[in-house]
Amino acid sequence: MSGPAVAAAGVWKYFGDYPALRDVRFELGEGECLALLGRNGAGKTTLLRILAGLSGASKGGVAIDGGDVRASATRARVGWLGHSIGLYDELSARENLRTFGALYGVKAATISEWLERVNLSHVADAPVREYSRGMRQRLAVARAFLHGPRLLLLDEPFTSLDDKAIALLQGLLAAARADGATIILSTHQIREAMELASLVALLDRGKLVHYGERTTEMLNDPGYLYRTYGSAA
Amino acid sequence: MRTKIILALGAITLPFLLRNLHMIIFLVPDDLEQGPVYRIFYYHLPPYFVAAMGYFTAMVASILYLVKKDQKYDAIAVSATEIGLAFAAVNLITGMIWGRISWGIWWAWDARLTWALIGWLVYFGYLVLRRAIDDPTERAKISAVLSIFASASVAITYKAIEWWRTQHPGPVLSIRTGGGTLDPAMENMLYENTLALLLLGAIFLLVRLRQEEVQREIDGLRRFVHAGN
Amino acid sequence: MTMLRHAAVIATKDLRSELRTKESINSTLSFSVVILLLFAFAFDPSPDMIAEFGGGLLWIVFVFAGALIVNRSFARELPNDCIDVLVSSPASGASLFLGKALASFVLLAGVECICLPAFGILYNVTWWRSLGGLIGVLALGTWSMACVGTFFSALTVNLRLRELMLPMLMYPILIPSLLSAMMLTNTLLTGQPIPSDFTVWLRLLIGFNIIFTTLSVYLAETVLVR
Repeated sequence: MSGPAVAAAGVWKYFGDYPALRDVRFELGEGECLALLGRNGAGKTTLLRILAGLSGASKGGVAIDGGDVRASATRARVGWLGHSIGLYDELSARENLRTFGALYGVKAATISEWLERVNLSHVADAPVREYSRGMRQRLAVARAFLHGPRLLLLDEPFTSLDDKAIALLQGLLAAARADGATIILSTHQIREAMELASLVALLDRGKLVHYGERTTEMLNDPGYLYRTYGSAA
Repeated sequence: MRTKIILALGAITLPFLLRNLHMIIFLVPDDLEQGPVYRIFYYHLPPYFVAAMGYFTAMVASILYLVKKDQKYDAIAVSATEIGLAFAAVNLITGMIWGRISWGIWWAWDARLTWALIGWLVYFGYLVLRRAIDDPTERAKISAVLSIFASASVAITYKAIEWWRTQHPGPVLSIRTGGGTLDPAMENMLYENTLALLLLGAIFLLVRLRQEEVQREIDGLRRFVHAGN
Repeated sequence: MTMLRHAAVIATKDLRSELRTKESINSTLSFSVVILLLFAFAFDPSPDMIAEFGGGLLWIVFVFAGALIVNRSFARELPNDCIDVLVSSPASGASLFLGKALASFVLLAGVECICLPAFGILYNVTWWRSLGGLIGVLALGTWSMACVGTFFSALTVNLRLRELMLPMLMYPILIPSLLSAMMLTNTLLTGQPIPSDFTVWLRLLIGFNIIFTTLSVYLAETVLVR
């Protein structure tokens, strides 16, 4: 590994006139878990998409393990869980995992393991369209973790998850951390994020207004961060 | 500085165009076969060259944009394409008028006219596509890619339509190019008017470019204002 | 090669999805047969007329069908943002494009396999006289549509008015290959071997495919990463 796991250097992103990200710079070491906080429209999703290689920065750049985000080898180590579940409704759970898994070189045995782990083995061959919301969420999580990513990028993963799914995700994230993986997750569910995070970052209208360790104050009083570093209104 | 160049070019081009017009109407000799009506030719072939130059410039600018990601190349690409389209339209319309007067029909599916129409549609599609994308960076990128496809397509279509028309002989409407069959006075006039129209095209290009740059400056100022909040 | 392997995964997935839902296949097939009917009413062609423009007629049907099929190509990735999962995967933009173009090719070929007999029945044409050549030309022409169409599907996937823009952009650019395919198909339908001066059309068709496949593969990544 060369340098920090994730490095952003002077990242700007414009959508037309609007600067969604303004001069964002930070370094994240391997094995850290970063909670990315901010109001709606602060730029969390934009930043995560750039890190995932889905978007390009207008100015500046990002590096994953010192390498280009769009390099195939880099992307093989990254797991992405966005706002939507990222699954094909007309295919079954097994077919979905097989398709995505094939792009990462995942073996059939691993797929069966994961179906077991997220409690979907019994319905693995039914189309995803027929699943309940909780089941779809669990499958989406399985898809993101399937290939054993070293860097996990999760965009508001706890939103609209039921209790079982939240517990599952927290368990998986803790296990991934214990395994030395790096995690960046953006969230509104501050409590769950604070429990997992070792570092926190606060984005306010595209600017990184705070980046530092997750303190006990933040853990006990989640709104602390916004009051201290965020701007009024 | 830019304004001075535009004004200087204008000062040269306007008298040049007027002088050409005068010569074309009064001084250049009649064509043996077609009589005076052929004079529209001087406003038919030169626009074709200007349009071709416009499209070529757009292609080069598009490639440069994809390589360098500098927005100014996008401005050149769209300006050059618009100028090209305008002159190509003149080419098409004068061709149709000439055909109507000389052969009694507004349109014929000969190689040149057909290719001109297809080419016009392809580049018009470029403008329509641009309208559908709001984000300037995304718009620049997507249009650059389309412009490259358009150029390749128009080049291939040229040959294709030519072969199509030599396979199926129809009414012969091939427009004579400046070959050995032209009276030297006519040939010179052709080159002179091409030059005049090229200068005119250059003026339009510079004005249009100026427009794009001002737009970008406005966008930048808007960003500045947004960022301050 | 990894790129081809990834492309195969994408192609298989697309085909499996389409066969599962039959969304575009059904509508495309019925649409094509309706067009064949409409042409019969419009022209009421005699066998001589068919010999003159049968190839052209067939390809117009294929082109309309083609637009319907390629329109779905990248649009099917929009629900649930599957496109994001694909673009962030190790698969390159080129392999995503290639896989989808292959799937569109197969689907379009399937439609043609049904349209051809339908055409033969409705217009009383024995089309199988130069079957080998015909299949070759159909394959080449269909690939040019699948290739350019899928690329433009990627180009327009996020635009409003996608359904309208895609054919509008695609058709003029496809004219050289469609022209060649029509010329060649016309001759092949009449059962005669390709005359020597027609090899120019074959070369044009092949050249077109090479140029545009190369351009598409090369530029796919640029288009897919926003």
